[in-house]
Amino acid sequence: MVAKKGGSKGGGMGGADDAEEELARTPLQAIVLADSFTTKFRPITLERPKVLLPLVNAPMIDYTLAWLESAGVEEVFVFCSAHSKQVIDYLDNSNWFAQPNFSVTTIESHNAISAGDALRSIYEQHVIRGDFILVSGDTVSNMSLSQALKEHKERRRKDSNAVMTMVIKQSKPSPITRQSRLGTEELFMVIDPESKQLLYYEDRGDNLKGYLSLDKALLTDTSISLQNDKQDCYIDICSPEVLSLFTDNFDYQHLRRDFVKGLLVDDIMGYKIYTHEIHSSYAARIDNYRSYDTISKDIIQRWTYPLVPDVHFFGNSATKLERQGMYRAPEIKQSRSAKIGPFTVIGTGTSIGNNTEISNSVVGEGCSIGSNVTIEGCYIWHNVTIEDGCKLKHSIVCDGVTMKSGAALEPGVVLSFKVVIGRNFLVPAYSKVSLLQQPIKQDSDEELEYADNSSGITEVPSISGTLDELKEEERTELPDSQEYEVGDGGVGFIWLVSEGGQEEEWRHSVAPIPVDKLVGIMQITNDEADISNEDGAFLPPSGELGPDSITNDSNEDGEDTRDDSVIFEREVEATFQRAVEEEVTEDHVILEVNALRLSYNMTSADCAGALFYSVMKLALDAPHDSPIELVKNVATAVKKWKKLLKYYLPSIDEEIEVILKFEEMCLESAKEFSPLFVQVLHHLYDQDIIQEEAILDWASEKEEAEESDKVFVKQSEKFIQWLKEASEEEDED
Amino acid sequence: MNALVNEFIIKLKKRKIEGSKATAKLTAEVLRSCISQQRLPHTNQAAALIDAIRTIGEKLIAANPVELAVGNIVRRVLHIIREEDVSLTAAAVGGLAVSAGSDDEDDFKQDDHPGLSAAAVAAAARSTLRPPSLQTLLEDIPQSTAAPHTSSSGGDSEGKSKSADKNTASRKLKHNVIEAVNELIQDIATCHEQIAEQAVEHIHHNEVILTLGNSRTVMEFLCAAKEKKRSFRVFVAEGAPRYQGHALAKELVARGLQTTVITDSAIFAMISRVNMVVVGAHAVMANGGVIAPVGMNMVALAAQRHAVPFVVLAGTHKMCPLYPHNPEVLLNELKSPAELLDFGEFSDCLDFGTSSGSPLLHVVNPAFDYVPPNLVSLFITDTGGHNPSYMYRLIADYYSADDFVVKQSSIS
Repeated sequence: MVAKKGGSKGGGMGGADDAEEELARTPLQAIVLADSFTTKFRPITLERPKVLLPLVNAPMIDYTLAWLESAGVEEVFVFCSAHSKQVIDYLDNSNWFAQPNFSVTTIESHNAISAGDALRSIYEQHVIRGDFILVSGDTVSNMSLSQALKEHKERRRKDSNAVMTMVIKQSKPSPITRQSRLGTEELFMVIDPESKQLLYYEDRGDNLKGYLSLDKALLTDTSISLQNDKQDCYIDICSPEVLSLFTDNFDYQHLRRDFVKGLLVDDIMGYKIYTHEIHSSYAARIDNYRSYDTISKDIIQRWTYPLVPDVHFFGNSATKLERQGMYRAPEIKQSRSAKIGPFTVIGTGTSIGNNTEISNSVVGEGCSIGSNVTIEGCYIWHNVTIEDGCKLKHSIVCDGVTMKSGAALEPGVVLSFKVVIGRNFLVPAYSKVSLLQQPIKQDSDEELEYADNSSGITEVPSISGTLDELKEEERTELPDSQEYEVGDGGVGFIWLVSEGGQEEEWRHSVAPIPVDKLVGIMQITNDEADISNEDGAFLPPSGELGPDSITNDSNEDGEDTRDDSVIFEREVEATFQRAVEEEVTEDHVILEVNALRLSYNMTSADCAGALFYSVMKLALDAPHDSPIELVKNVATAVKKWKKLLKYYLPSIDEEIEVILKFEEMCLESAKEFSPLFVQVLHHLYDQDIIQEEAILDWASEKEEAEESDKVFVKQSEKFIQWLKEASEEEDED
Repeated sequence: MNALVNEFIIKLKKRKIEGSKATAKLTAEVLRSCISQQRLPHTNQAAALIDAIRTIGEKLIAANPVELAVGNIVRRVLHIIREEDVSLTAAAVGGLAVSAGSDDEDDFKQDDHPGLSAAAVAAAARSTLRPPSLQTLLEDIPQSTAAPHTSSSGGDSEGKSKSADKNTASRKLKHNVIEAVNELIQDIATCHEQIAEQAVEHIHHNEVILTLGNSRTVMEFLCAAKEKKRSFRVFVAEGAPRYQGHALAKELVARGLQTTVITDSAIFAMISRVNMVVVGAHAVMANGGVIAPVGMNMVALAAQRHAVPFVVLAGTHKMCPLYPHNPEVLLNELKSPAELLDFGEFSDCLDFGTSSGSPLLHVVNPAFDYVPPNLVSLFITDTGGHNPSYMYRLIADYYSADDFVVKQSSIS
């Protein structure tokens, strides 16, 4: 561990001239987060940390460290969380600890579940003394940091609030490229063209539906440029204040979503973020399977020079570049009839059988590939056995996998460690196969994206055991569902596709995007282009920035509002149900519903309708055998939530809305109520939820309606009649 | 010592050292410090030293196989050790038979290498022919063998006489070798000047000289002619994709030379106006072929088409004892396509997520060209001008045949 130098740290933040000298003297430091805090590489990351996954036959972290070393960084702190032991063991066995002028230190923490936690725990160690580079351990780059650092330091000297410089790179603005290259969503940035200050950052372009809401204050500046043709390289040059900011704002989790956006919105502290654009050098981060695929191919095409397979940038085995971008390590046994196509990498000690064809693929060390195998666009890691006649397309095959003869992989398949695919078994597209069973826990919620891999690993048996042991353990754990689903003699479980559904799988897989999806994206793009010709509405200065502040498109207004109201209703229902289950008090429910109402821009009538719907749904869901019991259910439910309903029914209009809603329910979703319409209506009247004026207004409104709409009015004719009479009587009195 | 070697290896691996001269100099310096720190046994010192250098040399060569200068220097140092060993033994056997006699001794000792006895003769010739050119090459060589020793071989004999006086053999070898390596480093440092000295003989009044890319040797060569009051014009082909020609043009203008910058593709159009092509090289192979920056073969072909002399300037450290068909020689290095294209602009062409998963656009950016020996008119090295067909003999002076394959011996 590096010795603490409290004094120099303090000095680093001091006066301008001093600071520069101070900074010049302190060695350049970098923080490498050896954990992505996401689950995008599951199930592979359940067994091995992402940074140790081979990228063109060298672990990702080697690329990051090699780049940092050649960029002149002198001290690197590798932060390990999930699988920290594996990372530390790897670094121990490699030569990274023994480099001259380059010290690598590991920082271990087991309870960090986000980048924010990581930075907070690094702050506690007091090891960062000056400006530092913040990257994650899956960054591939060959950029030179000197220019960016110089700019950063110069800005810092003038303005101590310039805490961070983000590295960005130009990319084609079309979302199709963004999607098909790195699998990321559209990124919008507002940059001051003069000072390069970042003013706005939104990385979920798809949610904006073609509209972008900017703070009016931004428009008072002389000039700003809104750019959607930039790619975030996730390389940040930070001042030491960044760490303390993370500590002060303990709810910051995500570097971009929380930290960057938080700083940009916060006017009180006045911290500023700047950008540095790189042109000729390469920088990208492996975020998902698709970027894994793209970056691998960029490496093979040598965009990352000198970090390419035939240069021993670090510890990778000697490889020779042959014609047409074929990289071959020594000691390969290759049959004469085997065809190895262009842009292929073959690792040491691999043997390839007769008539086998390999193209656009990476094959690791010590693999044995049989005869008549077709491999296209695959990433095959080390010590994989592929028997005769297998067909692999656009898949990732991890260490130690065995594919029995005749097995085939459809595009987008991921086979995790040591899986065995049975004879002639066809693994369906986009499926993920692992020896470990899928955790039952749902990761659908946004929050859970941060649920780190370590929480997953604690649930599953250790992988240090042999295959047999593992099987044994699982067998004892789950005696029923022990059927392996991967064919005759196969070992492994096919993971169910996560919440997003099959629909979204293609976005992040290694397989090329199917043609129909491409057409879909293009369609959206064209629509967006149309929309962008119109003027977008701006929020008032106090408005929140973010996906919540959607302004609806005027063309598709009806359509969109409808969508929104459906979502809104669903949300209200969910809230209400939770309230019922957890016995939340009414006040809290009101608070939550109000929040929803604001974010979806709904009227209180909508709330009343939605809540009423939820209450009725509750009654309907309660067990009942006869209509009479159902009415009783309704009575109890309404009685219980009377106060809540009343809160949202301040005037006649809302009450009418509720009746209309009820009518709609009877017609569509809950036909069981239709014979009971009058009874329920009467009950509502009795409970003072709906006043007689509302019912009468509703009836008169309906008079002009079509015959088919009058079903319920007719049904309740008697009731209405009675009401009228009652009111007349009152009048007479 | 290891730390020093490792640091150098890492630099080589990361391609941080550019240019064969810098590489050669650094390699020689690293080897020198290795030699000085190497502990030697009492017997068979030369063999121990050779083994040590070989192991280090092998690593250095593997670190950047494209940079042939590393291998050249390793072989040169090995050769120096052998020579010093031979001369020491000779001195021990023949008592104080030094200076004039030493040459004979060398001849005699090297008889077991039939190819090398002639080489020794040539070595003497090389040192005596100070201002050589094509004419002198064509003259009879034997008459110059009797000429007195100068420069490097003179230094050798001086070292030998010193060492003969001392009887502590253990320190002598090491000392002599280090002296000789120092001389080698000196040679590498001054090779520009020695090549430039010959400029006036090749460049004449009102001539037009064409060059490609940027070579420091070429620049010094041209400037030396300018200093001698020659007035001539220089065409500089810019040397895409790295455009080092621009830097050369800038410097030439700063030195007061009339300069014209042309694109690489205009070479054929301009060559008919050119009197001589003068270029630098990355390496000179044993057959007289040249490995040079990309585009050079086109220049050589254009020059041949118009019968313009194609002159290659190369310091002796660039001379490689290997033949270009040797699989050990990695002739080329593919650099980043970013030098050609802007990644951002072309990111939509490099789409791997669409269609079959392989992009339709490939960018190849080789760093070097191979110019076959029949296209080269003359080599100018720090020892004078030579014909391509003569290179193999020149190389035999500097290297021992035993060292051609550095790797193999370490395995056996």
